[in-house]
Amino acid sequence: MSAVEMIQIWVMAFFTLAIFSFLYKDNPVYRVAEHIFAGLSAGYYVGLIWKSVIIQQLWEPMMAGSWWLIIPGLLGALMFARFWEKISWVSRISLAFVMGNTAGIFLISQLHGLVLPQIKATMLPLGGGGGLTAALLAIIIVLGVISTLIYFYFSKEHKGALGVTAKVGIWFIMIAFGAHFGYTVMARISLLIGRVYFLWNDWLGSLAHIF
Amino acid sequence: MRTVVPVIIAFLSGFIMIVAFFFNPDKTILGKIESEVLVWVTIVGGFTLLLGVVSITRVNWQAVKTKKKGWIYNFLTLLSIFVMAIPAMLPSSWSPFFGDSSGSVYDWLFNYIDAPMMGTMFAMLAFYIASAAFRAFRARNAEATLLLLTAVLVMLWRIPMGEAFLRLFSDSLPQMINNYVMNGVNLAVQRGILIGAALGAASMSLRIMLGIERTYMGKG
Repeated sequence: MSAVEMIQIWVMAFFTLAIFSFLYKDNPVYRVAEHIFAGLSAGYYVGLIWKSVIIQQLWEPMMAGSWWLIIPGLLGALMFARFWEKISWVSRISLAFVMGNTAGIFLISQLHGLVLPQIKATMLPLGGGGGLTAALLAIIIVLGVISTLIYFYFSKEHKGALGVTAKVGIWFIMIAFGAHFGYTVMARISLLIGRVYFLWNDWLGSLAHIF
Repeated sequence: MRTVVPVIIAFLSGFIMIVAFFFNPDKTILGKIESEVLVWVTIVGGFTLLLGVVSITRVNWQAVKTKKKGWIYNFLTLLSIFVMAIPAMLPSSWSPFFGDSSGSVYDWLFNYIDAPMMGTMFAMLAFYIASAAFRAFRARNAEATLLLLTAVLVMLWRIPMGEAFLRLFSDSLPQMINNYVMNGVNLAVQRGILIGAALGAASMSLRIMLGIERTYMGKG
């Protein structure tokens, strides 16, 4: 193991343990790690946007002759007007441009790309092959989708048929949330195993090279 | 002027995107405009993220300047932002430490400090989820019991030892959990929530375009 690799492992181990130290209680070592993490994450996005957006999508095409890209460049620069109270309203122009475009894209993508395909995937023929299991699944999915949608429909009081369907909906939702919770816990535990494995195998293993 | 102009811009830019959807992106002018506008949105969106980072820098700088309690932590945040961002912004032709390629400062800091801390932060949630579950998971009524039972079954199903345990009851139990819980009930509810959220997002988009929803503009 080279000296550089050793330094890398010890740096990683220090910050891993510093974050884990919060499990005992809030302490200065954790706070140091937390603030460095916040700073590095912000810096990471600066680097990412600088290269993938400012250089690759704005500067390089402009230098290659796409001079009209100066317009989104200026719109982007206008966003910084927010820092001066007197002219902060100017940033609304850029914001409105982004919001309007995003709204237009969303309206189509949500309805055409999400709602319609999801409804199509829900309404499956019962006798479409796959036997009893597939038919039973198809019924569960139709019931689940309709009752979940009705449970979240608050424009009318949940009484009568609506109330019964909403009640079925909450049973479905509880099962799904339980499944989702179990799945999330296991994903987090998998990450924990990864970090503990690193400490046990790589970090403590590196001690064997020192002593 | 301060409100009407942004509302008109929001309407027009949204309207263009909706109309352009119905035209061929390669063969029509409107389709080409759509592709170009998407690049513009990415550029302006990139600036909004930079605005966020500048804002963080300003807040932390203010704390350092006024020597607010715990200012040393704010200083560390500032230092980390600059140490990460500046070498990444400089061209890699100047030095192998600049840019974002393998071996650069940016790459090293991400791989050996940022990524391990991110992993540890998420890993730490395992303890808090377990502690929250211990307090909240009580079989008080039928609904809570369902939640508890499903969570336990899925947690067992996700690990080899748990799966072996489930097979003690029935060989087909793990398969049934996969079929009926994950790909049945869970899928149905996720789909219901997704459809509801998508309809909500679509109606919100319409409100923004029509100028009914203006909270994004802030006050003034």
